[in-house]
Amino acid sequence: MNKLKFSFAVLSLLATGAVHAALNVFACEPEWAALVKELGGDEVKVYAATTALQDPHHIQARPSLIAKMRQADLVVCTGAELEIGWLPVLLSESGNARVQPGQSGYFEAVHYVPLLEKPARLDRAEGDVHASGNPHIQTDPHNIAKVATALAKVMAQIDSEHAATYDKHEQSFQLRWGQAMKVWEAKVADLKGVPVVVQHDAFPYLENWLGLKRVAVLEPKPGVDPSVSYLAAVLDGLKASPAKMVLRAAYQSDRPSRWLSERASIPAVELPFTVGGNTKANDLYGLFDDTVDRLLGALK
Amino acid sequence: MYRHTMVASGIAMMLAGPVYAADDLSSIRSEIDQLKQQYEKRIAELESRLQVAEAKVDAAQQAASEALATPAPVPRSNSFNPDVSLILQGQYADLGNAASQQISGFLTPEGQARPSKGFSIDGAELMFSANIDPLFRGSAILTVNDEEVAVEEAWFQTLGLGNGFNLKGGRFLSALGYQNEQHPHAWDFVDNSLVYKTLFGEHYSQDGLQLKWLAPTDLFVEPFLEVGRGAGFPGTDRNRNGAGAVAAGFHLGDDVGDSNSWRAGLGYLSTKASERSFEGSDPLGVDVTGDFSGKSRVWLADFVWKWAPNGNPKDHNFKFAGEYFHRDESGTLNCDDADPLSPSSCAGGIGGAYSSSQSGFYAQGVYQFMPHLRTGYRYDKLYRGNVDFLGVDAAATIGSLSKYNPSRHSMMFDWSPSEFSVLRLQYSLDKSAEGQDENQWFVQYIYSLGAHGAHKF
Repeated sequence: MNKLKFSFAVLSLLATGAVHAALNVFACEPEWAALVKELGGDEVKVYAATTALQDPHHIQARPSLIAKMRQADLVVCTGAELEIGWLPVLLSESGNARVQPGQSGYFEAVHYVPLLEKPARLDRAEGDVHASGNPHIQTDPHNIAKVATALAKVMAQIDSEHAATYDKHEQSFQLRWGQAMKVWEAKVADLKGVPVVVQHDAFPYLENWLGLKRVAVLEPKPGVDPSVSYLAAVLDGLKASPAKMVLRAAYQSDRPSRWLSERASIPAVELPFTVGGNTKANDLYGLFDDTVDRLLGALK
Repeated sequence: MYRHTMVASGIAMMLAGPVYAADDLSSIRSEIDQLKQQYEKRIAELESRLQVAEAKVDAAQQAASEALATPAPVPRSNSFNPDVSLILQGQYADLGNAASQQISGFLTPEGQARPSKGFSIDGAELMFSANIDPLFRGSAILTVNDEEVAVEEAWFQTLGLGNGFNLKGGRFLSALGYQNEQHPHAWDFVDNSLVYKTLFGEHYSQDGLQLKWLAPTDLFVEPFLEVGRGAGFPGTDRNRNGAGAVAAGFHLGDDVGDSNSWRAGLGYLSTKASERSFEGSDPLGVDVTGDFSGKSRVWLADFVWKWAPNGNPKDHNFKFAGEYFHRDESGTLNCDDADPLSPSSCAGGIGGAYSSSQSGFYAQGVYQFMPHLRTGYRYDKLYRGNVDFLGVDAAATIGSLSKYNPSRHSMMFDWSPSEFSVLRLQYSLDKSAEGQDENQWFVQYIYSLGAHGAHKF
């Protein structure tokens, strides 16, 4: 009997392919990979499908990504159609039943934060619009905290053996994160009401958090590159309502913001946007430390 | 706040109070102490009430934000409709004067109409897909043309087999090769490669079952096995039980650093043909017709390599794709005059043993040199190899199977203002038909409407 049990165990081990040493997490974006690391510590093995230098809207369903998703116990993505061009292909090609939408191994961060900028009109003529709202939620640290609470619960549910560890890590993360937010919020009082131009509408949550005032976007429609005449019109508009700086994410081409920066004589600020966006933004704390520093630096 | 006011008023009271005699002092002190204690008790009560109230407000706020975060879905009768998308495709072609441009040296699929000269539309492609239930996903792709609706694909796929298994059934595009699973709107060039034109017509589709398994490794390793009806060229419908065609193979793939990724594969197709008809000409150019019955075996190797700086293809990217095939056919061939009034070398009808061993490849590179603009070059080459009919080289009887190695050069330039539209200009120097080198110009548009398509590799 014992022998039989043993051989079944061996068989099932062979069938699943590998010994489950750690919770295997596939994170669509680096910020969620970093958050999983904060919550999981040594109990998780996390793979980030994209880097801060890649535009998460435009990723191809590469074989390497399908192979990684095949092995995942948990998929953590932003949602709100940010990954619509590639995630569905990965999910259907992976042959991994645990992480299909509707299963506990499929986690979308947008469900746990209130989304901004829900479009009033859904039409492709409006450019790259997201029906459920703007998906770039990671630029507000309060959103990170909310997602952390929900994510820790899901991790504990999937890997119940380490549930207590995830819970402990989550509490300690919330404590440290709360303190860090107090530090950032104490520093950024001067940013309140500061008018800014953004290259892509990627920062509504950051603007909301810091009280920045967006006066222009360097895209005629979301995801549509600006022409020189459009940039000139923005420049003209800045005469009436001047801005203090022009913001872009690390993955974006610097050309439109540099163009405006030179002509309007305002600093162009490259924000890390997510973990790994520059050498200082090497974790979630570094991401916001650096974001705040760069914004304050541009204000001087 | 409360506390400060009360303490302050207490002090004020003490200061304002009249001066008592020293012996009264102790009793007054004790009274004051009592007062103090009472106040402190009340303050403590108030504080605890405040804390409770604050906690309630917090909870209410959180509940409110949670309610915001997960709005109740608005039930609508069409909420469960499948994703629908429609592809509109059309072109303007400037071609040579020849009536046909048949690939020389090969028995090619019938009904391969040469593209229309001038303006034409390539029909409309209509796609539906949705999850059927927790276990299955379904998809159908129909092409709508004048007086004709063709079922390109209509399949179900499992969602929950797990352990890397994926089972597909119905009509689907075979996993052989690279370009085979792509629909014409996803091609990088206006027309099909000569390899696919020769091998399958447009692409190889199976009516049957496909089983894929993805290995649990960081390297992408995916073997596949397909069994099907085998009605598509190079096989024919033979109306028999069991599988008419079997395809098997595997794909490998991985990234090299952040900027490079690749996929390579090898596939094998085994099928049979029964009276598979062909049209050709004899050595003097008189039309002949006939059919082939026998075995057909195809090996197909594919390789794709993509580059994008830091893996961000938005501004610049490069893609190389190449495929090589080898096909062996053996059986019997029948040949006769296409028109009984113009006798050919097959006059009266002749038939006998036929065998061929042929190969070919294409290689293409497409470079996006700035956002939305790409240019590409493709080279097609077919090797006629050995073709024997009645024990001697087939060229002796059938001129269209002459010893000729077809080739073609194509250059294209395209503009995609968004991922939903493409405008393309292409020039080809087509040497696929012997003695009929041709300059071809195409202007093409491709528009996709509706659900967001996938960025397949």
